[in-house]
Amino acid sequence: MTTASAIGRTSSDAMLRIMCPICGERDYTEFRYGGDATKPRPSRETADPKVWHDYVFLFDNPKGLHREYWQHVLGCRQWLVLERNTATNEPGESRLARMDVVTCEGEPK
Amino acid sequence: MRPRYSALSLLRHAVAETPWPRAWRVPDPKPTYDVVIIGGGGHGLATAYYLAAHHGIKDIAVVERAYIGSGNLGRNTTLVRSNYVLDGNTQFFEYSMKLWEGLSHELNFNVMLSQRGQIVLAHGPSQMDVLARKGNIMRLNGIDAELLDRGEVIKLLPYLDHSGEARFPICGGLFQQRAGTVRHDAVAWGYARAADSLGVDVIENCEVNSFVIDGDRVRGVNTTRGRISAGRTAIAVAGHSSHLAAMAGLRLPIESHLLQAFVSEPIKPFLDHVISFGAELFYISQSDKGGLVFGGHIDGFNSYTQRGQFPKVQTVAECAVALIPSISRLRLLRHWAGIQDMTPDGSPFICRTPLRDLYLNGGWCYQGFKATPAVGWCFAHTIANDDEHPLSRCYSLDRFARGRELDDYGVGNWTYKQ
Repeated sequence: MTTASAIGRTSSDAMLRIMCPICGERDYTEFRYGGDATKPRPSRETADPKVWHDYVFLFDNPKGLHREYWQHVLGCRQWLVLERNTATNEPGESRLARMDVVTCEGEPK
Repeated sequence: MRPRYSALSLLRHAVAETPWPRAWRVPDPKPTYDVVIIGGGGHGLATAYYLAAHHGIKDIAVVERAYIGSGNLGRNTTLVRSNYVLDGNTQFFEYSMKLWEGLSHELNFNVMLSQRGQIVLAHGPSQMDVLARKGNIMRLNGIDAELLDRGEVIKLLPYLDHSGEARFPICGGLFQQRAGTVRHDAVAWGYARAADSLGVDVIENCEVNSFVIDGDRVRGVNTTRGRISAGRTAIAVAGHSSHLAAMAGLRLPIESHLLQAFVSEPIKPFLDHVISFGAELFYISQSDKGGLVFGGHIDGFNSYTQRGQFPKVQTVAECAVALIPSISRLRLLRHWAGIQDMTPDGSPFICRTPLRDLYLNGGWCYQGFKATPAVGWCFAHTIANDDEHPLSRCYSLDRFARGRELDDYGVGNWTYKQ
């Protein structure tokens, strides 16, 4: 019998499993991906279109550690922030997004 | 110039004992070139070929991290078509289709273009309206398109599920006869051989680690095989565009996502066309070897792993069986994933960058393969003239800032939903 390790499988072959702080570890299919969680939203008073352009359209898109939003749509429906290595899909720490939200620059949480 | 391939040379080699000569050289990198193109995929090689053949620039290196065609060129589902809606896309992809039609002659290499026709299916009256509009736009641009009613689809594709039990009843489709498939590996080999015979150095196993930057100007690259100075440097590494751009200090409107593709065990000729499901993103054709080649939507979250997630296999298989129930017991031979540059509007970049002498071709989402010849054509023009080609002017990096998004699918600003 061929084992997974014998044919050189890595964590990227396995189903991505996400630790929901409320429901526990679940398949990623229970979640909805919500994009990059590292970008601070510009303050509401920002009138410079370039600042908004960069916020909306540009991505660091790193090959490595990435902090991103997921919503547990088929579970508790909470938004999470997950750390994941995009080169291996290795999931790291996750926490509720409301504990970690990137607020408007210069505005209180 | 290498000996030309012909029926006669085939015959001569069939009886000769000498093996075929190598189709392109294995050069060591020179310290300096007029143009260095990063990425030995279809786009990079085509760009090198058109630069050498049509712009008189022959001192070119194509540097490739692994072997040529080892990225997305060898991972796509080999489809070519030009059924787009928005001005800019429509003309660009039709130009690409026309280049495909002459490519085997141009390169003296059979890329095995098979214009078997593509049918996009509609599963409801509103979808028929959308296809009718798309067909009209295509015909207004001189592209062949034919709207099929249910009876015509049944006649053309009798093996689809036309029964009352069909999950998504088929009520018609849009047919582009000139669409079809191309043998994707042959595109790398054909362009590499043709470019090499014009003096282009195709340098494999040479990874770029950083750019040589002097003020606001890029003057070459540092590679695993040493520094290569360049008058002009071009990025054609879709999947890793952000990664390369970051080395030059640029952030791009791109996220990298995985797209999986599948091939079944080979069967006898069965599926004569390229078929696109209308109820989900799903497309299928049959290769010359007999395998059914098909694919679906991206996995849905950004990743550079080149290994797809299993639930997508199920979704795609469900689409396949919903459309063609008779293939439900076919086994998959292989499935794999490629890294897509996904952009917020689903359209690519062929353009200058904020750095002088650095040019970008990337952000190809799903459409890189079919675009290959036109990319080469337009990107070569951009590099040679330091200006965008009229056909690809819409694919500039600043189009979001100017409010000129080109969202052919009308999805909105979500890279992972395009």
